[in-house]
Amino acid sequence: MRKSASAIAVHGILILYTALALFPILLVIMNSFKARKAIFGSPLALPTPTTFSLIGYDRVFGDSSIVSYYLNSITVTGGTIFFTLLFGAMAAWALTEYKFRWNTLLALFLAVGIMVPIRLGSVSIIQLIVELNLINTLTALILVYTAQNLPLSIFILSEFIAQIPKDLREAGRCDGLSEYSIFFYIVLPLIRPAMATVAVFTMIPVWNDLWFPLLLAPTGGKQTITLGIQQFLGQYITDWNAVLSALSTAIIPVLILYVIFSRQLIRGLTSGAVK
Amino acid sequence: MADAKAGAGNAIVGMGRGSYAMLLAFFLGPAVVIYTVFSIYPLFATIFNSLYLRQPDGAYLFNGLGNFQTLLTDTTWSVPFWNAFRNNCYFFFIHMLVQNPIGLALAAMLSLPRLRLRATYRTLIFMPTMLSVVIIGFSWQLILSPLWGISKMFLNALGLGFLFAPWLGQESTALITVSLISVWQFVGIPMILIYTALLAIPEELIDAATVDGLNQFQAFVWVKLPLIFPTIGLVSVLTFVNNFNAFDLIYAMKGALAGPNFSADIMGTLFYRTFFGNQLQLGDLSMGSTIATMMFLIILVGVMCYLFLIQRRMQRYSF
Repeated sequence: MRKSASAIAVHGILILYTALALFPILLVIMNSFKARKAIFGSPLALPTPTTFSLIGYDRVFGDSSIVSYYLNSITVTGGTIFFTLLFGAMAAWALTEYKFRWNTLLALFLAVGIMVPIRLGSVSIIQLIVELNLINTLTALILVYTAQNLPLSIFILSEFIAQIPKDLREAGRCDGLSEYSIFFYIVLPLIRPAMATVAVFTMIPVWNDLWFPLLLAPTGGKQTITLGIQQFLGQYITDWNAVLSALSTAIIPVLILYVIFSRQLIRGLTSGAVK
Repeated sequence: MADAKAGAGNAIVGMGRGSYAMLLAFFLGPAVVIYTVFSIYPLFATIFNSLYLRQPDGAYLFNGLGNFQTLLTDTTWSVPFWNAFRNNCYFFFIHMLVQNPIGLALAAMLSLPRLRLRATYRTLIFMPTMLSVVIIGFSWQLILSPLWGISKMFLNALGLGFLFAPWLGQESTALITVSLISVWQFVGIPMILIYTALLAIPEELIDAATVDGLNQFQAFVWVKLPLIFPTIGLVSVLTFVNNFNAFDLIYAMKGALAGPNFSADIMGTLFYRTFFGNQLQLGDLSMGSTIATMMFLIILVGVMCYLFLIQRRMQRYSF
């Protein structure tokens, strides 16, 4: 009897907290589909046929740059994931497989970036990007985000590479495969699950970041969606339909991706974090 | 770097010194170059910049630790700096006192044996953490806005309508409101990390404890909590690094001036304002670098405390 009472209490608390976590998100999405009058008149009601309106979305997508901001974000995030995974896996392979003299020192050097936030070097990053003539380009963002994400990805991928049975690599060598072929044809396919994990949790912070887009590509149509929405909100501050729709436009794709990848993402966040 | 001593290049029989060096350069080169150029070099260059002072003619002169002295003692700089530092400490304490205990409590409930819908709760509660800070900040701004009146409506329903105030707009409440919004968003991280640590504890230990007469709650406090102490240390240092590096939420909600009257100003916004300038002042590269270096030192102290006092080995983390 006591057991079930405490189970009900636990569910009650969890349901309450879940409601608290979801309520603001649902409120914004729900009201973005309503006419202005209903947003203020009955904010907690679901949109009904009489109050339904897409006027806010018209305004958001009428501002044609929003679509290109999405493409910018996709390019930056995709590019970052690609280079982080490729260069990260290559470095992880060399660090685990080849015992050269400064191996440990190099691994430590790379690990510094895990704890120290790259943002603190922003002043010099801007100077560097200006000198390279890359200001207001997506290339600048991809380079900086790749540098930011490489340390952790090398660290995680190294652990997975170390688990690959030695026989597999030796068999490749006996068959006369070059070291390069062993990496690209044997190792890379084997660490695909680990790469998926790294990809998923590289994706979210890069997609959501405001700092580097604001510093490195704030104008010239090269804004990412996070910065673009932030600027859009600043302009349309009094147009509640537009504001709510812009927020929902930013929320909904992330929610869909999250629902698809939540398992991998949570595994990625926790794998090895606790030992 | 590429030194194939005898027996070192395991199983790379017949590979010459030169081609071994090529091999290492090929695999390590891209990562090391990008990381060094865009992460390590800027960090050191920033520290270097903080030692120079811009002269009226535009040249930069070596100033030793003069910029730090200015920042900490000259009232034009020290007042905003100590204000931002104090606010950042409050920001951190609120996270430690609210976010991490709630995260721990949720993790403890989620890890109860035979709990149904465990994965559903976990996924839904973690959801706000996935969204951009900008979006979260703005959504809360709308919800707390007296114009929309949602929060007032809720308080009225609870009979607490008299408590309503424009929390974000008042000097006395802006910082705590912003901090709690950040807590609301990021509670998922301590929850997930602690939850995983709790799941890793062998079931037999808890069984043994309950056989010895402890109830679930006592077993949690006396058996599980000491075992997840390293994870709580990790969560604390993560909170510290993220809080002293925070910027997005305050900037999105309160702008670069972190108003009213700098009451929500933290290190990140002060750094941004100093380096880029704003309505009140011109951008200042030297002082911007000085503030960034101070942030680096603060974070370094936190990480060092963690590494040497709590955890004596490097661990992975993300976010």
